[in-house]
Amino acid sequence: MSSAEHTRRDFLYIMTGAVAAAGAAAAVVPLITQMNPDASTIAAGAPIEVDLGPIAEGQVIKVFWRGKPIFIDHRTKKDIEEARAVDWHTLPDPQSDEARVKQGKDQWLVLIGICTHLGCIPLAHQGDYDGWFCPCHGSQYDSSGRIRRGPAPANLPLPPYEFVSDSKIRIG
Amino acid sequence: MSGHSTYQPQSRFMKWFEARLPIGGLVYSSFVAYPTPRNLNYWWTFGGILSIMLAVQIVTGVVLAMHYTPHVDHAFNSVEHIMRDVNYGWLLRYLHSNGASMFFLACYIHIARGLYYGSYKEPREVLWILGVIIFLLMIATGFMGYVLPWGQMSFWAATVITNLFSAIPLVGESVVTWLWGGYSVGNPTLNRFYSLHYLLPFVIAGVVVLHVWALHVAGQNNPTGIEPKSDQDTVPFTPYATIKDAFFLSCFLVLYAWFAFYIPNYLGHPDNYIPANPTVTPTHIVPEWYYLPFYAILRAIPSKLGGVVMLLASIVVLAFLPWLDTSKVRSASYRPAYRVFFWAFILVCVGLGWLGSKPAEGLYVYAARLLTAWYFLHFLVILPLLGLFETLDRLPSSISEAVLRQGGPLGAPARDRV
Repeated sequence: MSSAEHTRRDFLYIMTGAVAAAGAAAAVVPLITQMNPDASTIAAGAPIEVDLGPIAEGQVIKVFWRGKPIFIDHRTKKDIEEARAVDWHTLPDPQSDEARVKQGKDQWLVLIGICTHLGCIPLAHQGDYDGWFCPCHGSQYDSSGRIRRGPAPANLPLPPYEFVSDSKIRIG
Repeated sequence: MSGHSTYQPQSRFMKWFEARLPIGGLVYSSFVAYPTPRNLNYWWTFGGILSIMLAVQIVTGVVLAMHYTPHVDHAFNSVEHIMRDVNYGWLLRYLHSNGASMFFLACYIHIARGLYYGSYKEPREVLWILGVIIFLLMIATGFMGYVLPWGQMSFWAATVITNLFSAIPLVGESVVTWLWGGYSVGNPTLNRFYSLHYLLPFVIAGVVVLHVWALHVAGQNNPTGIEPKSDQDTVPFTPYATIKDAFFLSCFLVLYAWFAFYIPNYLGHPDNYIPANPTVTPTHIVPEWYYLPFYAILRAIPSKLGGVVMLLASIVVLAFLPWLDTSKVRSASYRPAYRVFFWAFILVCVGLGWLGSKPAEGLYVYAARLLTAWYFLHFLVILPLLGLFETLDRLPSSISEAVLRQGGPLGAPARDRV
């Protein structure tokens, strides 16, 4: 056996190896995928409806959706004016206040209340910008939830939501 | 080298057994007759101490698992149940939680010993890299163990640390969801952390076997950094190294017992006695003391992704140390300039640890940046250059010469000298 030719046996070795590799890869799929959110977790993450009626002007409430705190801020005129007075092009994560609220619903700011730095929960009505202050590492967000100072890289994110009526939103 | 003696089974049973499974010979050649350099100092006892600490953590951990409930509604209470109701539960838990600290303390001393005496250099590169892998596994295991009591610090440590992965471009958020098994840290997260916290110590034990195997192939380094050249340079592992290890292990266990019995919560955080609350973040989040230098590096970098990359790099850089250090001489005993930089590096690590415990604001941030820069300069600039330019002290020709420098013939018993 000193032939340099490719033999039928070479072919069988390669095919056997390929089938074993494909089988191993297929076996990894369920082992990896089982760690993703399960059916009950996804079901529990379904959209929620929140009645805005009882939220007074200037009040911030906290609701939970998918285990995340959602801030719903009934902003005052002053809050809105401050958020719009600043030249947003100069902010660390440039975004206009108009782009962060639904059109015609300027008073309602809905945010995911998780600091974009390392996941702490910022405190409302604190800091120098009439917005939020994160007690962990000192990030400050303004009355539009935009990052203004501190180590956080981005604005407080907006959850997917829509108005189902004038005084009710659906988050998710 | 020929070694000192070989295993001769005495009884008929052991002769019968040895012919079928020569484990007696393996143990004898590895832990009795194994030649160890005669000049090993107490810094060399930490390998044995670490093995014992791993065993202590596994034994206490397996027992704690018999009483612990990995569920978000029951975990905190089950730990209190261990503390108050389970027979000796308080002792086992304090031994386990303080054992983690002692484990890391011994590990850091063991690593520093390797850095000082050049134990990572040829032919011990694989031995060293296996050690870095063990260290990474220890970090993961310790972190997941800290989450299990499900107190405030547990929950928020889990949140902050898993969020580090969200810094990965494009797939970061998906990776974090996958790690959590949900949309935030919750019951699936606690369950998998428990499973992995139980698994990883046995993985560590497996890598430790490889680590010891590689050690027994390359042989131990020693304070001179010169390889043993004759039987006069070595003594048998038993009784010399076993007794020395046992003595210093006892001293180490006194320190361990002092923590476990007298100040069991000194290294912990009071906030972790408050049940996990996803709606409120504690005002000052800090990790356990043994992660503080890395936490300081994470926070020193003004970019989120950059901080995470530097945090990882600060550990991974150790694996490249055998090739970053260009000096042919192992031991710092003969490298006066390296000695200075070694102690500067130790101070930098301690300094980073202290800064990691402080709030990330004002001068602390600038100090952390300075020390982080020095940490990496040490590995990436100082060590490569130092080996090329430093002036060395005269090396002895053998271990025996170094040991018997004050005179006396080679191989003479110690009492004949001085």
